[in-house]
Amino acid sequence: MAVTDSARTVTHGDVPLPSLIFRVNALFLRHEWIRGYTLLSPTLLVMVMLMCLPVFMLVTYSFWTQNYLDIDRTFTLANYEAFFQKPIYVALIMKSIRMSLFCTFATIILAYPMAYFIAFKVKSNKLVWLILITVPFWTSYLLRVFAWKVILGYNGVVNSGLISVGLIDEPLQFLLYNPTAVVLTLAHAWAAFAILPIYVSLEKIDRSYLEAATDLGDTPSERFWRVTWPLSLPGVIAAGLLVFIPTVADYVTPRLVGGTTGIMIGNIIQSQFGKANNWPLGAALSVIVMLMIAFLVVVFIVTTTRGRAKSA
Amino acid sequence: MTDTTAPGGSLTAQKAAQDQRGEEAPQYFASKHEGYHWTAEAPMFLYAVWYLAFLYIPVLFLPLFSFNDSIYVAFPLKGFSLEWYGDMVSTQQLLEALANSIKVGGAVAVLSTILGLFAAKAMTRYVMPGKGAITAFIMLPLVVPGIILGISLLVITNMVGMELSLYTIGLAHTLVSVPFAMLVLISRLEGFDKNLEEASLDLGEGPFRTFFRVTLPLAWPGILASLLLTFTISFDEFILAFFLAGNEATLPVYIWSQLRFPSRLPMVLALGATILIFSFFIVTVAEVLRRRGVGPQSGSAI
Repeated sequence: MAVTDSARTVTHGDVPLPSLIFRVNALFLRHEWIRGYTLLSPTLLVMVMLMCLPVFMLVTYSFWTQNYLDIDRTFTLANYEAFFQKPIYVALIMKSIRMSLFCTFATIILAYPMAYFIAFKVKSNKLVWLILITVPFWTSYLLRVFAWKVILGYNGVVNSGLISVGLIDEPLQFLLYNPTAVVLTLAHAWAAFAILPIYVSLEKIDRSYLEAATDLGDTPSERFWRVTWPLSLPGVIAAGLLVFIPTVADYVTPRLVGGTTGIMIGNIIQSQFGKANNWPLGAALSVIVMLMIAFLVVVFIVTTTRGRAKSA
Repeated sequence: MTDTTAPGGSLTAQKAAQDQRGEEAPQYFASKHEGYHWTAEAPMFLYAVWYLAFLYIPVLFLPLFSFNDSIYVAFPLKGFSLEWYGDMVSTQQLLEALANSIKVGGAVAVLSTILGLFAAKAMTRYVMPGKGAITAFIMLPLVVPGIILGISLLVITNMVGMELSLYTIGLAHTLVSVPFAMLVLISRLEGFDKNLEEASLDLGEGPFRTFFRVTLPLAWPGILASLLLTFTISFDEFILAFFLAGNEATLPVYIWSQLRFPSRLPMVLALGATILIFSFFIVTVAEVLRRRGVGPQSGSAI
């Protein structure tokens, strides 16, 4: 072939074009991974431009300071000092983590039996059940949270409903604008995030393990704790992370149903980019939140996997 | 969730498994020979129904009260009224926001599905080092809190001197839609026999013609599902849009701005109900498209 010939004849000096094309082609044909990464490169490039670069800039921004309307671009740790000097920030982060952990725990406890039911008990119509639990997951987060404001409000669904059936005379004050309302709303809004990974890990369990456990004399509950539960742990861990990480920094739910006592760190960060207009401080706060989340996730993964290794 | 292992066996084997499942009498509960009894199953079934109620009922209050003839969202219901829907369609700002949301959603759907298809094809058809790490990287926007992505993009937009506009919202939405598009398309591409593509290549078609004549037609339900889902994600997304909206609002940003006014509440309910029903419809179509012929066991659940 012409291309091969030209490639062979050239030994040194300027590389003629056909030879270059040949070499690139040969590289592509020889290395599968090069073809794979070429195909992947547009997506990766977009992800880097829209995620890595912005987050890097956010970190940089956290070392600058707000000088009235301008940004002072000299490197300083002032924002981080401000964080540690004001106990309110530390307290708010701790409170956000507590609320988010509580919400994660509640979501998983509620979701596990449902995932178990679909994985093991539903024999036909599995598709219908799966679609039923997935559909709310895709619909507007804002509207799902807003629905709870309507339900729990002073003149809301619960209060007016209880009054009209005569159970109470005065609207209950404690329903809305507190941390419990935030946890409840978050647990509802993130439910589908917990069900799906747990379902997948349960579905993948080899049914012959369960039969073996029964044949060897395990009672159903022994079998669950010794076979099903450990094998479903990866799903439970994934569900935990998927609910915990986004809820720590949420600001929509606390804003709509949290009131003053249900406020979370996300609200403070948001206000730095809004009314308070101190972007560098907001950037520093979000960097701290990211580090806290990363730390907790690592601790969580290490402890859970170590626990599993021990029990195995 | 990130698990996308191939379903065991080929398409025909899956089909056979499904047929077998279909042959059993339609029943929710395992039969007795598996060691279960109806009485033991009943609480689980009741729990499942209760859980679905927990998932759906809170949201259903929006449509319920949107037809209520009162500006107060409270029981007892006053009477049936379409007044709020009338308000809704005659509000100019709202219609503009709707048009913006459709524009952004359409662009995001096309862009993220193309990017998702590139990634899904690379992930399913090539042996590459570091595949797990790359998958995790592309999935990151699903777990990074929305507020972090939002302010990061806001900061960089500000630094490069770009104006906040529908374009910035669209870029942000593309970022969070690509992982979903990739997941949907990976499970679709894994769902059909890879040999079909190889046969086409062996028979002398080039990679491009193979893609358009074999891969694309077979992946089509997945592509359509991805377009619909990513459109819905963008259409309903609020957190990123809130930070990145310029003068032109999308629908969720418009709703947020109206929440301050108690008198606008019924109209917001009507709008919310419409959006919910619209999203439910699109998503159900997408889910049916996506899961049909792939089998419930296969790969990613979300």
